[in-house]
Amino acid sequence: MNRITLNRIKDKGFLVTGIISTFIGLVLLLIFMADIFIEGAPRISWKFIVSLPSRIPERAGIYTAMMGSVWVLILTTIISFPIGVSAGIYLEEYAKQGRLSRLLEVNISNLAGVPSIIYGLLGLEIFARVMRLGSSVLAGSITLALLILPIIIVATRESIKAVPQSIRDASYALGASKWQTIYRQVLPASFGGILTGVILALSRAVGEAAPLIVVGALAYVPFAPRSPLDDFSILPIQIFNWISRPQHGFIVNAAAAIIILLIITFAMNGIAIYLRSRWQKRVSW
Amino acid sequence: MFTEAEIMDLIMTKDSKTEHLVNDIIDKPVEEHKITTKNVNVFYGDFKALKNISMKIRPFSVTALIGPSGCGKSTYLRVFNRMNDYINGFRLEGKVVIDGVNIYKDKIILEKLRKEVGMVFQKPNPFPKSIFDNVAYGLQIQGMKDKHFINERVETSLKKVVLWDEVKDDLKKNALALSGGQQQRLCIARTLAVEPNIILMDEPTSALDPISTGKIEELIFELKNEYTILIVTHNMQQAGRVSDRTAFFYLGELIEEGLTKNIFLNPKEERTENYITGRFG
Amino acid sequence: MIRTREQIIETFLLISAFITIFTTVGIILVLAIEAFKFFREVSVIEFFTSTEWTPLFTQKHYGILPLLSGTLLTSFIAILVALPIGLAIAIYLSEYAPKQFRTYVKPSLELLAAVPTVVYGFFALTVVTPFLQSFIPGMSGFNSLSAGFVMGIMIIPIVSSLSEDALNAVPASLREASYGMGSTRLQTAIKVTVPAASSGIVVSVILAISRAIGETMIVAIAAGQQPRFTINPLVPVETLTAYIVQVSLGDVQHNSVEYRTIFAAGITLFVFTFILNSVSHWLKNKYREKYE
Repeated sequence: MNRITLNRIKDKGFLVTGIISTFIGLVLLLIFMADIFIEGAPRISWKFIVSLPSRIPERAGIYTAMMGSVWVLILTTIISFPIGVSAGIYLEEYAKQGRLSRLLEVNISNLAGVPSIIYGLLGLEIFARVMRLGSSVLAGSITLALLILPIIIVATRESIKAVPQSIRDASYALGASKWQTIYRQVLPASFGGILTGVILALSRAVGEAAPLIVVGALAYVPFAPRSPLDDFSILPIQIFNWISRPQHGFIVNAAAAIIILLIITFAMNGIAIYLRSRWQKRVSW
Repeated sequence: MFTEAEIMDLIMTKDSKTEHLVNDIIDKPVEEHKITTKNVNVFYGDFKALKNISMKIRPFSVTALIGPSGCGKSTYLRVFNRMNDYINGFRLEGKVVIDGVNIYKDKIILEKLRKEVGMVFQKPNPFPKSIFDNVAYGLQIQGMKDKHFINERVETSLKKVVLWDEVKDDLKKNALALSGGQQQRLCIARTLAVEPNIILMDEPTSALDPISTGKIEELIFELKNEYTILIVTHNMQQAGRVSDRTAFFYLGELIEEGLTKNIFLNPKEERTENYITGRFG
Repeated sequence: MIRTREQIIETFLLISAFITIFTTVGIILVLAIEAFKFFREVSVIEFFTSTEWTPLFTQKHYGILPLLSGTLLTSFIAILVALPIGLAIAIYLSEYAPKQFRTYVKPSLELLAAVPTVVYGFFALTVVTPFLQSFIPGMSGFNSLSAGFVMGIMIIPIVSSLSEDALNAVPASLREASYGMGSTRLQTAIKVTVPAASSGIVVSVILAISRAIGETMIVAIAAGQQPRFTINPLVPVETLTAYIVQVSLGDVQHNSVEYRTIFAAGITLFVFTFILNSVSHWLKNKYREKYE
């Protein structure tokens, strides 16, 4: 066999390797999900969703954890959305190139790489203890809001950057002030992209367990939170708790709760992808 | 590019229509200048983009700014509504006086200046909104709430640019759906709606087809009765067709300024002649 | 009027941007202060040299090495999985696959990173470990192998996506020159594009390692909670992150040494990821200059 044939065989060989590699992760994920579905799906019922936690696996439900997750999601959105978008606008439209904006930029890209559990330590010390919020929904939500802030800021900047300068020029030339131009032209034109980024960031927040465990979210809460200062649990922590129990019944519960968590996560990702494609179609200046 | 005879022809065909106007302008006393610039220098960082420009512009006239790319004619145009302010390192020395006010001193409010000095850009840049919203935008940002007034102003503005009949039935349509020429006329209407005195046009037809270009040029001719117009153009024929006076810029300097007819037929400077006859640029 | 309103808005936006600075300062202060208090009671030498970590037992030892080795072992296994697969995907997508295919595959791969990590922990514990146990006798129910393996799957998109960006940034002229000399696509990849994109690929791997080191739920669920100074992938270990979770779930008095241990573990973790992120940031800037 000569060199050229050998090289061609190697080339074809890599083609197969590449295709296998591309799909192996997705195939494994599919196998895992099938396994979870088989184990957990029969357990899902309306009763499972509206029942309180219990020592007996067959009676236990996810009501409190689910409501906790909803509370956390809403509060996190309220806190992170305005701050993240404002910071993104500042960096893209106001910050002059110089030391300050470089510092802000480097800082944000570093924050994006800080492990989530470290945010938990920050939340535990500052929000739960120094600000005396305790292990409340509010303390947890502020922590998660800070965690996803870099993602929202980056998404905001990217979308704003995509708005052509000519639109800003036209607005200024008509006598609009800087803020009028941003509020009436730049933000409406980039809103789809910003929304996509925010939803993706929130879908990450809804699956986070570690920082909230550190802040002090509980595995067992008998009631759904009624105010931002109440104790809480969330779906991922409930799942974590059930996984660590020895009885097989709880493993089944965990699988069932995972199905619900995955539905929420994938639905949010789906909405984000849909919004992105719609937005891209609309924006052809 | 052109022979002298062709240029002559060009100017002459226009002149029959505009002779009286040209004469009007010449007859006007000097105090009535709308815009005066005196010893204007513009810097971008270390780069000197405009060198010691002094020029006077009369009201209700069309002035064409011509010259090769990078000669500073667009920079000069943007001096009058301070659009250069957003460029990093921009600095201006000298005096720019509009209606007796130095617009680079005297606690100028940019928003008010730009209401008086409108601008039309090289590429049509309608907002990604409805036709109506585009024209109404300038009024809305001034806080105008009176719907009746806005409707009326939108209609008159669109009529002035001869777009009304084409779009009156779908004012709610997205402006991006219009053709390039329609978009540019919409952008002019948008500028007219805030009632400026001066209109700056930065190569307004360079992105358009010949038919649309013709329509815009007719429009400029009409608008001259109400507005003072400055137009930057690459197109010699266009300068000849629409302008009363022409200023030739080269490497940041104002080489020559005068009646369009004179600039095209008897330029005083060799560089002007070379440019106009297409020897460079 | 306009002026003051514009000023107020700009100030508000500036403050929003500064919240990110406060966050960083807050993190560093919290970790530093609590770690400082910790080191007033525990010797630094013991912390870095002792091979036992038993702050929750009566016989207390405060050696970080077992937690560190657990962290590095699981991350190492994860990279062993993610690097070859991720790189193969990147080369395949940039050199072989049609463009159309790439636009669909890339977002689907991102899905791997979107799955909540407790879910991956569940996979590791209930699917991967039993599967591996069926042909590795003596493998413990908690171990770093299956935790690391699943973590590796999770970080594939980090390696593949950033590496592919780097490969795509290689100028087409280099690729064409190689084809022109009769090279196959594989030879072109190995000899030309991968070396040219090497710094970008290194950045992707560093970021993936950083992500693996900071990952919490997978290892807390599947790797165990026994600090052990070992490189044996079949026995239970405990990572820095899993230890923090373990203490947070228990009842530990504030202001006790036990409470401060989580900040000592936290600052170790923070320093590690900070160094990795800074190196990747520095490399990224360096290679960006190279092409622009």
